[in-house]
Amino acid sequence: MDLEEAKEFKERCTQCAAVSWGLTDEGKYYCTSCHNVTERSKEVINTGAIPNTKIQAINRGLKRKRKLEKGWDWYVCEGFQQILYQQAEALKTLGVGPKLKDEVLHNFWKRYLQKSKQAYCKNPVYTRGRKATVLEDNPSHSDWDSEPDLLSDFSCPSFVESGPDSQLDSRTQKPFPISKASQSASICSGSLDGVKYSQQKEKGIVKMTVPRTLAFCYLSLLWQRETITLSDLLRFVEEGHIPYINAFQHFPEEMKLYGRDKGIFAIESWPAYEDIYKKMIEIAKFLDLPRFPDITEDCYLHPDILCMKYLMEVNLPDEMNDLTYQVVKMTGIGEVDFLTFDPIAKMAKTVKYDIQAVAVIVIVLKLLFLLDDNLEWTLSNIAEKYNEKNKEDKPWFDFRKWYQVMKKSVDEKKQKWEEARAKYVWKSEKPLYHSSIDRAVVYKRREMVVSLQKQFSALTDSAPTVEKKSPSSFQFNWTEGDSAGTCFHGHSLQGILKKKGQSLTTKNSLYWLSTQKFCRSYCKHVTTYEESNFSLSYQFIINLFSFLLRIKASSLHEEVSLIEKRLFKRKYSKTQKKSRSRKRRKY
Amino acid sequence: MSDFSEELIESKTEDDQEESYVFSGTGMSFPWLQNHIGTIATGGKKEKDFAQTTSACLSFIQEALLKHQWQQAAEYMHSYLQILEDSDSHKRQAAPEIIWKLGSEILFYHPKSNMETFNTFADRMKNIGVMNYLKVRLGEPGGGFREGTDCMEHWLWCKNNEYCYRKYLLFVYLWGICCLWTDEDDYAYNAASQSMLNHSCKTSVNLGALIQTPGVWDPFVKSYVEMLEFYGDRDGAREVLTNYAYDEKFPSNPNAHVYLYNFLKREKAPREKLISVLKILYQIVPSHKLMLEFHSLLRKSEKEDHRKLGLEVLFGVLDFAGCTKNITAWKYLAKYLRQILMGNHLAWVQEEWNSRKNWWPDFHFSSFWAKNDWKEDKTLACEKALVAGILLGKGCRYFRFISKQDDEVLRKKIKRIKKSVENHSIVNPGL
Repeated sequence: MDLEEAKEFKERCTQCAAVSWGLTDEGKYYCTSCHNVTERSKEVINTGAIPNTKIQAINRGLKRKRKLEKGWDWYVCEGFQQILYQQAEALKTLGVGPKLKDEVLHNFWKRYLQKSKQAYCKNPVYTRGRKATVLEDNPSHSDWDSEPDLLSDFSCPSFVESGPDSQLDSRTQKPFPISKASQSASICSGSLDGVKYSQQKEKGIVKMTVPRTLAFCYLSLLWQRETITLSDLLRFVEEGHIPYINAFQHFPEEMKLYGRDKGIFAIESWPAYEDIYKKMIEIAKFLDLPRFPDITEDCYLHPDILCMKYLMEVNLPDEMNDLTYQVVKMTGIGEVDFLTFDPIAKMAKTVKYDIQAVAVIVIVLKLLFLLDDNLEWTLSNIAEKYNEKNKEDKPWFDFRKWYQVMKKSVDEKKQKWEEARAKYVWKSEKPLYHSSIDRAVVYKRREMVVSLQKQFSALTDSAPTVEKKSPSSFQFNWTEGDSAGTCFHGHSLQGILKKKGQSLTTKNSLYWLSTQKFCRSYCKHVTTYEESNFSLSYQFIINLFSFLLRIKASSLHEEVSLIEKRLFKRKYSKTQKKSRSRKRRKY
Repeated sequence: MSDFSEELIESKTEDDQEESYVFSGTGMSFPWLQNHIGTIATGGKKEKDFAQTTSACLSFIQEALLKHQWQQAAEYMHSYLQILEDSDSHKRQAAPEIIWKLGSEILFYHPKSNMETFNTFADRMKNIGVMNYLKVRLGEPGGGFREGTDCMEHWLWCKNNEYCYRKYLLFVYLWGICCLWTDEDDYAYNAASQSMLNHSCKTSVNLGALIQTPGVWDPFVKSYVEMLEFYGDRDGAREVLTNYAYDEKFPSNPNAHVYLYNFLKREKAPREKLISVLKILYQIVPSHKLMLEFHSLLRKSEKEDHRKLGLEVLFGVLDFAGCTKNITAWKYLAKYLRQILMGNHLAWVQEEWNSRKNWWPDFHFSSFWAKNDWKEDKTLACEKALVAGILLGKGCRYFRFISKQDDEVLRKKIKRIKKSVENHSIVNPGL
């Protein structure tokens, strides 16, 4: 329907006598005023009047257009690769070193393909040589850089046709086995193997899903020991700094997505900590990864440092660092061997660094204040009295004041968070459809929704959109010398510690355990968290931290219990008691 | 529409998956087990965050509506609309109804919204297929919705008809007031209308704005004004009525003036004001029964113009067939004629009589009437006789007939009439 291409045709239309022609898809001329289609098609006209080059250009143009409508042929795993690529780029923007994207993640991904394709493909054709390249450091250029190269890793014959520039890397190239299906894209999915992919349920193979892309990201982050914890990562995803929901929107134009692809790539839930964590371990095992680089004391992920970070974030005094340090030492959770991830180990486990650090802080608070809805307030009274009398000295930390400040801030933040979540737009701009049949319906529906939305957005004030916050590791910021003593960093713990010989000990000498008896059956959890069993202060603390990390309160409670178990090893080895235990704490 | 929000809150709890707590023998609860049980209803799949956020969005909309935060409600509605694309077909099908209920409430109240936006919205919802709901919705509460339903359908099909649109909206809100202020025996009706009334009071600003749209809103205006008076807002009531009566855009409506007049009378407004209001009524409906009151006001006025007008008005009233037997009118006329003639305003009488002398005699004072009137109502006959005598002279048939009548009770009166006619007749004897 290019009028330019039809300019040469100068005859009058038999029906309406106008001279205004267009080209139909088949290349026949039609009159644009009365839509009378002639039998004359382009080729007939061109031979006489027009030079050859133009014919070639026109032909190529037609061919190109056809191709674009159909789109490229692509496999599902290429889609995932696209997503990983986007995520890696986003991480780079957040300040992560480029090595993560170019080497670590890339290698993990290649290894995954290897591991999965071996059993995945019906005709295992490709070379074993691939494996050898993975573990070596790749000092040479990475394959991420240019997208045609990226896709050429898994090129299939139809690809080579249309992409004229794909220079296949000699080392990494190996054409995909040509399956008969590749020639005609599957009607039920934009990708070539969408249907097959979603149906496939092979045992022992970890099938790639969108949540697993985050697991890959985190594995790479962990390998590089970057300063992003899993909870940070997931929070960035929720805030939109890392593509996840509707990541497929940024696929190249030619990668058409519909049908079964929808179920694979369209996600309607945010990633959950526990879920991604499990997947991470699963993938690490599947990929046969070796022991990860050591997490030492100077590492960000070491509990000492994380505790410091979280103490600052929740506005607790710096002096508490001493106590967290002590707890970490006593429980042995700061040991390199404990912290470092080793998937191949018999009891493969990894430490939930962020949850653990926070759990340590909870324990410290319990040590200092008991959190039985009683002692903490008594101690607060004492601190308040002291502070009133001695205004020039370093103020004593007042739990009640801290509670009031934190409660207000957290409630505000939580409210905003809930509102933002309620307003979250899940659907991608371009709607996904199942087949050509419901494509029209889906687009119509989208049109309707958009028009309705316009009506309501006209009623709201201009610029109502939530400003995208710049990504930050800290959700709360407290600065000294701010308005009327809302910052507690510099406060002293003097009021709640007492001298005992050379060292200090807590004035509080009691403690209660979060869990007295652990579950030994094969259920996933070792303990439950029933709020009403615990003091309100404890509930507040747990809720505060679980909101901070965006995890379930029960997860945090469980972690607290586990660390307490380590701390009070001797207690647990004795016979269990039903009543709340009281134990003398010693430094 | 006002109780939609409350209704939705109730219905929401039905929609939510029941949060069943699983208790063991010792009374412990297992939150994680609860989740699993919850997922059974959804076919083993955990509820997606999409579902969770959309239902949170819904509750935010409801909250905003209850707090009258229209802006916020509109913002949330903007996001909520994505539920129309939910992959869960149940939710998708239930969505239009909810969106209609809430959306129409938002569009109704939001200051930036107008009829056009509302119509566009209704159009789109109609396309989505929300028609059935509308009919059902209008049927409750109580049975008195027939008129509303008819109007609603009429509206939907001729939505450019502003009259119907406004009528529908007002109707929905004011039916409660009407029930409350009219004597309805149905107590259940009243209970619902009470709450509607309470709500309506809060929205009275909007109602006032609506009534300003040109149209005929008699029962609504009446009830609305009564409501305003009840709550002590006399100024508001006065404004509404004045607008209703005097706004040129409104169709000429005698009732508007009647309401205004009655209101002013209640307020004990100055005579001048009352007269000015009734003057217009007189021009529209000279035969209105209030004309007699008007006459009284004019009669008492100090201005000569008014007194002259008073005569005009009386004559005007009696021009109409419906008033021929109105004894008050005749009484007034008789009395007034005497008064005027004694005041030496013969010219006025003559002016009025000139246009009528050709047809009034047959119309009022024929012998048929004389006999008829005497038979039916002697007092009336007497008054008419007096008038006839004054205007037509004692020779006229009517007067002669009546004067010949012998009635014990009225003998004295007839005598007096004869005397008055002698004194005041404008007709020279013998002519």
